[in-house]
Parts: sequence; structure tokens; C-alpha cells
Amino acid sequence: MNRRRFGKTAVSTFALMMLGPRMAHAGSWEAILAEAKDQTVYWHAWGGDTKINDFIAFIGAEAQKRHGVTLEHVKLASTADAVARVRAERDAGQTSGGAVDLIWINGENFAAMKAQDLLFGPYAEGLPNWPLVDTKGKPATVTDFTLPTEGYESPWAMAQLVFEHDSATLPEPPRTLSALHDWIKANPGRFTYPQPPDYLGLTFLKQVLYGTLADPAVLQSPIDPASYEATIAPLWAFLDDIHPSLWREAKAFPENEPALGLLLADGEIGISFAFNPGRASAEIAAGTLPDTIQTFVLEGGTIGNASFVAIPFNAAHMAGAQVIANLILDPAIQAAAQDPATLGFQTVLNLDALTPEDRARFDALTLGPATLSPADLGPVLLEPHASWMVKIAEDWVQRYGVAK
Amino acid sequence: MLAGLGLPIAAGLAGTLAPALSGHGFAALMDWPGLPRALALSLGTGLVSTLLALAITVLMIGALHDRPGFVAFRRMLSPLLALPHAAAALGLAFLVAPSGWIARLFSPWATGWDTAPDLLILNDPMGLALTLGLVAKEVPFLMLMALAILPQTDMARRGQIAASLGYGRVAGFVLSILPALYRGLRLPVFAVLAYGMTNVDMAMILGPNLPPSLAVQITDWMGDPSLQHVPTAAAGALVQLALVAAALALWLAAERILAPLIPALASHGYRAWGWDAPLAGLAGTWAGLIALGLGAGMAGLALWSFAGLWQFPDALPQSLTLQTWTKAAPDLAQQSLTTLMIALTASLGALALALAALEAEARSCRPIGAAWLIYLPLIMPQVAFLPGLQVLALYVGAKGSVATVIAAHLVFVLPYVWLSLAPAFRGWDGRIGLAAACMGTPPARIFWRLRLLMLAAPVLTALAVGSAVSVGQYLPTLMLGGGRVETLTTEAVALSSGGNRRLIGATALLQMALPALGFALALIVPRVIFRNRRAMLAERSAAR
Repeated sequence: MNRRRFGKTAVSTFALMMLGPRMAHAGSWEAILAEAKDQTVYWHAWGGDTKINDFIAFIGAEAQKRHGVTLEHVKLASTADAVARVRAERDAGQTSGGAVDLIWINGENFAAMKAQDLLFGPYAEGLPNWPLVDTKGKPATVTDFTLPTEGYESPWAMAQLVFEHDSATLPEPPRTLSALHDWIKANPGRFTYPQPPDYLGLTFLKQVLYGTLADPAVLQSPIDPASYEATIAPLWAFLDDIHPSLWREAKAFPENEPALGLLLADGEIGISFAFNPGRASAEIAAGTLPDTIQTFVLEGGTIGNASFVAIPFNAAHMAGAQVIANLILDPAIQAAAQDPATLGFQTVLNLDALTPEDRARFDALTLGPATLSPADLGPVLLEPHASWMVKIAEDWVQRYGVAK
Repeated sequence: MLAGLGLPIAAGLAGTLAPALSGHGFAALMDWPGLPRALALSLGTGLVSTLLALAITVLMIGALHDRPGFVAFRRMLSPLLALPHAAAALGLAFLVAPSGWIARLFSPWATGWDTAPDLLILNDPMGLALTLGLVAKEVPFLMLMALAILPQTDMARRGQIAASLGYGRVAGFVLSILPALYRGLRLPVFAVLAYGMTNVDMAMILGPNLPPSLAVQITDWMGDPSLQHVPTAAAGALVQLALVAAALALWLAAERILAPLIPALASHGYRAWGWDAPLAGLAGTWAGLIALGLGAGMAGLALWSFAGLWQFPDALPQSLTLQTWTKAAPDLAQQSLTTLMIALTASLGALALALAALEAEARSCRPIGAAWLIYLPLIMPQVAFLPGLQVLALYVGAKGSVATVIAAHLVFVLPYVWLSLAPAFRGWDGRIGLAAACMGTPPARIFWRLRLLMLAAPVLTALAVGSAVSVGQYLPTLMLGGGRVETLTTEAVALSSGGNRRLIGATALLQMALPALGFALALIVPRVIFRNRRAMLAERSAAR
């Protein structure tokens, strides 16, 4: 980046910080748009799913067309690589002109980056499309793992845990945790979960917590060391009971969500789960899963959260990054993401806040062959406080990390 | 000359050491219940796979070098060598998994399996699948290294003498040629041992995960989203370094003990010709298994890149489609070009450095001090080594450009170029240079017109090996390129984190194609240069 552009970014960054959350008046956004024009935004995002990669390319084409912003998708195998880059830049004293402009981020990385002051913000609440976000109906858009986002990240999609099964071989799936428990015991080797500390594996443990704890409300506060062991005992009892009946007798676990999905596609397991309710439909559309795959949720609800984008404190193209974050919240883009043929991601917007013609974009969408309607998806259970999962992930490794 | 390399290596090392010493890393490491098993796994899979790979390589050369099939096997080596480790592992995994290709071929008609059986074949706690995968991948490497060294061992004449004394083919080889061959093969063997103990790509796919090997666990800690485990990872990296050093010491001790056996055998006078047939059979079986395993694994991935829905127990996909390729095509052309450019520049740079250092050594007759520094990047876990390198690059103002990436690749390419080149370079018959010098030829002319030209084959092989290593680099490209530099491998690794076999198949084929081109040139060019110098080719073909 040359010195003049650096100066401009610094000035506008300063201006943004001064304006804070109330910067959304048209004037300042016009300035951001003007500055963003001809910028190239480097969006570091997981690149393991071609459907998502194609969608990011689509956002890039729209950004070019509407705002003259070029979007480069830096495909990562792990979000931690982008976090490591930002941290190395800070360690080397590089406080501006950083390589990462935008990160697709999840709760744990967000908490870590925010705690180390590696994020730019608050910016999300100043985006022109922010008023459309359903912060009341979908509280997960402003709380990430019980941590208030405070405008340091902007949501782009809703996620909710759904289970997947093949209706050809299993017409009636178990719809409660105890029914799932019985099914696992009756069908040894046909169920497993990604190995913690993988986030989907931990999500399954959270789901078990909700189903086994006497009072799941304790999950919303930080853990109390005094009562922790007693509170958590039902989780270990549940796992101790099902482990001998898991895939490979729990002597091996799939690495992550894609690896679990592959086991379902290969027919090695009978029930799988995913964090995107539209995943199965999109995979069926892509021809990688048979059209007999269906999804279901457990009675009482399943864990849900939102995906976010954040801007590092030293991003070289902050204006462009905000333009992209705003564009992602555009009703047309959100509707495209929810289309079961592309991604099947649930929107973060409040449909009642949309203009009639934008609303029509969502009404025109059909559910995919395997996707549940919002009503059938049932209640969303909130993510527990992050301290629970840190401790449980550690304890899981202590208990089960070395195969007997 | 090589001191210039000391800086990045020292920076990488410092990047590893600093967090390990500052934090509570060692305490956390000791607290990890998987530590003893992970250490045993790293040591066991590393040592056993190296031992097996070496034994198979030696056996194949000793028992089969003058058999007709050997030339064909040699030709197959280069593309196998160019295969990225992760792709090889995924190919093998799809072959042998309970829902894999072999099971699909025999199901349900022979096995009665309608759904995949629940068998722990991959990720077995002993690391057997990982060990076999490493053997399959390392035999081609050791073989290529051995073939580059053989011309210096005077194999044909020694073999003839041993045969004329009535020794069997294998016994004659072991007694007269193996000592010379092994001397040159030692460093590549050490590299294989270090790789076997520190690799992450193959261990993630084939290795156990309760607990995983130490290198995989270090990578997990580095990738931990809460950033709390960086000191633990750094402490693990130091333990890893010590473990590799211990394994090398163990190997050296074993060498000391075993070396006197060969003269002892020789003085015993046992001709052992009866062993030739069974050993040839054994070597042939191994060669066949490795070629078949890697070949079928690749074929499986290639088929996946054209597959529509492909479910267990179908032996073949239900439908074939070009969708995967047509969707990926636009990006792939540009990425292939970038990859090729980086690989060529980095390996040429490494070659120039290695040649300069070796020639300086030859002229001054003093061995290069601190040459071991070159090998550090081989035995350090990349994930712990790179942050230090990255901070150094940022300090000197090198931001994500192709040049930064090339410089980083140089650090990792140089050891392999050195390994492939140094033995042949040092083994060159110095009397030729002496004769030329007596006739008044200046040293520079001796180097360019005699030494370099006569070593054309190993030089080109070193270049090809270097390119293959460069093509395979993921983390250095990503981290030092700041995401600005896209290569086939950054694309392939990002995609493979999604487990999409179709795309992995497509990118793996391309990743393999680029270095394979280099290896093909390394085979063909010497034939062109030496078309009027039959003895040069004859010396090489003696290795057959």
C-alpha cells in the first residue's frame, strides 16, 4: 500500500472510531463507498466447500458490479491461519496495511481476537443494512457464544444443528436424546461425532448437555468450579454408555464436519449431523448424497448460532471490507444464500423489516428436498458460555483422548 | 554462502523457542495424557517405516536391478515421487477403508456386506496404516536417490567380480556394492526418518487420533482458536526436535553395530546363491504392492474427479460427469502457472546455492562447516517453525509477494536439493579434474565443462526433486504470501479440508503433473546430452 492511500485509510479509520456505532448517516457511508472503490479486499475464509467458494465468488461479482470493489477469496484450511497471520503482523509492529481485510470467524476465534485487541470496530451497527438484521428474533446475531459482539463482527448466516438420516434404510429416526441413545445402543457402529475440540463435536456435547442436565439454565453463566463436577456428571455417564456402541467402538473419531459427512455418504454411519440445516439439500443438488437423505431435529430444540465476518485492526482495506460486510446483509444476497440449490444458509434478516419486493425474494424460495421449514426446525437453544466448552474440551481429552 | 540461510533458520528456531520458554508450555505438555503414546507413535512409525523402506529399496536394487521389469519400474518412479503426500494418503485411504474401493469390489457378492463393516483399518492405534503409507511413499524417494548414487559405486565391475567368485546376485550386491551405496544413501535415509516422525499430512489421514502422533497434536495446538496453546505447541516442537535427534542417534548406534557384519559375512565365504530366487520374489512382490497401492489409489482419486453419486457398495460410480473439472478449470490455469514459476525459481536458486557451496568445498578441500543447519527445516515441525520466519519477513518489510514466498520455499527446498546432489557431486572422480588441470584448464572451466556436464543427470534430478518439494509447500506459501499468492497446493489443501474427494482427485492429478514434467526432463535430457557419449549412458545404465 502506498503512503497516500495509507493516510486516507488512517484518517477514515479515525473518523469511524470517533463516530462509533452512530456513524450510519449517509454522508460517512458515501465517503466509505468512495474510498472503497477500486480497492481489493482479501477475505480469508475457510475454502473447504465448493458451494461456499462459489457463493463468495458471486458476492465478489456483485461487489465489483455495484461498488467497484474487487473481492479476493483467500481459501484457508483453518481460520486459525488467518488469526496467526494477524498476530504475527502485530508482533512485528505492523499496525496498518495488514494482509487480512476480512475474516469469516466463529465464536472461539472471535473471543480470542477481541480479547487481544486484534479487531477493528465497532463497525457492524453502522452498516446501512444493519437495521434489517433480526437482532430480536435471532439474538445469536449479536451474541457469539454468550459474548456480546458489540459491533466488532457482522453476521452473515444463521446455523442450527440438524441431524441427517437416510430414509431408505431408517424411515423413523429417533427424535429425543434418549431415543437417539437407544438407537445407538441397538445399532452399534452406526453413529459417531467429530473428535473434540472440533467445534461440531463440541456442539454435539452441548446438545447432550441440554438433554441430560437437571437445569440447563446454568449453561448461560460461567462455570462454577465448586459444583462443576457434579453438574457435568450426566454428560460423562451418557458418553460412557454410548461409546462402546459408537463407530469403531470410539477408538477413532472423524476429524471434523466434512469427515463426518463423508462417513454418511460412504454409508459407514446411519445418522449424521451438521450445523447447516440446508447442507443435505445442497449436497443432494450437487449429486453427492442420494435424494433419500432427510433431516430431523430433537424435540425441545437444537443448538443454533450465527456465522460472522470481522475486520482485523490493521486491515489494509477497511473501507472495502465494510462494503463487503454490508453487501452480505443485502436482501438479494441473503436470499441467494438461502436458496437450497446454492447454500441453503438461513438468513440473518428480519423478513418483516423488508420491502415487499425483497420479501418476495424469500417467499419465492422453495425448501430443499431435505430441508425442514422454519416451523419444523423448532426452537433454537443458545450456545453455552464459552467457559463450559473450554473446560469440557479439556476434560474430554483427559477422559477419552487416549484409547483404552 | 550458506550462512545467509542461517538467518531464516535461526529466526524460525527463535520463533519456536521463545513461546516455549516464556509460557507454561512444558507443564501443559506434561499434563497431556496422550504424551507417552504420542512419543512412542512418532518414534515407532518413523523408525519402522524408514527401516522397511530402506530394506525394500536395497532388496529391489540388489535382487532385481538386471531384471527386465526393473526399467519399467524406474520409469514409474518419477510420477510416484511427484505425488503429494496428502493425496497419496487419501488415495490409499480410499483403497483400504472398510467402505473403500477394495471392499466395494468384493461387496456384496463375496463379503455379504450391504453396508460398510465397522472395522478399524485406518487410524488404528498402533499406527500400522500410517507406517505402510509412509513406506509406500518413501520407497520411490529412496529408490530415486539410490539410482542417482549407484553410478558412483562402480556397480557393474564389482558385481561381475563377485559373480565370478561364485556369489549369488544378492549376496554379491550386499558384500561389494551396498557399503558404497549406503554411504551415499545415509542422508536421504535420515531425511526419511525425520519426515516419518514429523509429518502431519499423512498422519492426519492414516494415523491414529486417540492420541495422534506428536506432530499432529502440535498442529492442533497451534490451530487452537483460543490461542492459549501456542506455548504448549512450542514446547511440543522442542520435544519433537529432541526425539528426532534421539532417533538419529539410535540409528547411528545401530549402524555401528551392524557395519562389522558385512566384512564378517564376507570372510565367512557364504555364497548364498540359493537366496536369489526367493529374495527376488519378495522384492518383486513389494515392488508390485507399492506400485499397485499408489497406482490404484491414484486411479481411485482420478475416477472420483469424474464421479457423480458413488455409494457403497457400488464398485463404480452411478454416473460420470465433467462437472468437477469444468467448475474448477478457470482457477486452475493461473494457479498452475504461479506454482510452476515459484517452483522453478526456488529450485534453481537452491541448486545454485548447493553447487556453489559444494564447489567451494571441493576447491578448498575443507568440508563445509555447519552444513547440518541446512537440515533443520526438515526436522522441525513446520507449523511451529513458520511463525518465527513470518515475523522475520515482516520485520525486514517483505510482505506477501511472490518473491517472499520463493525465499521461504528456498529454505525448505535446499535440504532436498542438497540431499540429491551432494553425494553425486562428492563422488565425482576427481582424477578427471586433475587430468584437465594438468593440461592447463582453469578451475571454472573444469567446473562448467566437465564436472557439471558429467553430473547432468543428478543435477537435473536435484532440480526435479526441488521443484516437487516446492510444489508441495502449503503453510509457507500461505503464511508468507499473506494469502496473496495462490498456488495449486494452497487450493488443494483448502479444498481437502472439506473432504471432497472429487476435487481432491482433480487437484492431485494436476499437482502431480507439474513435478512429473520435471522428472521426465531429468530422464530425457541426459540421454540427449550424452547421445554421442555411450560410456556416460552405459555407466548410468549399469545401475539398471
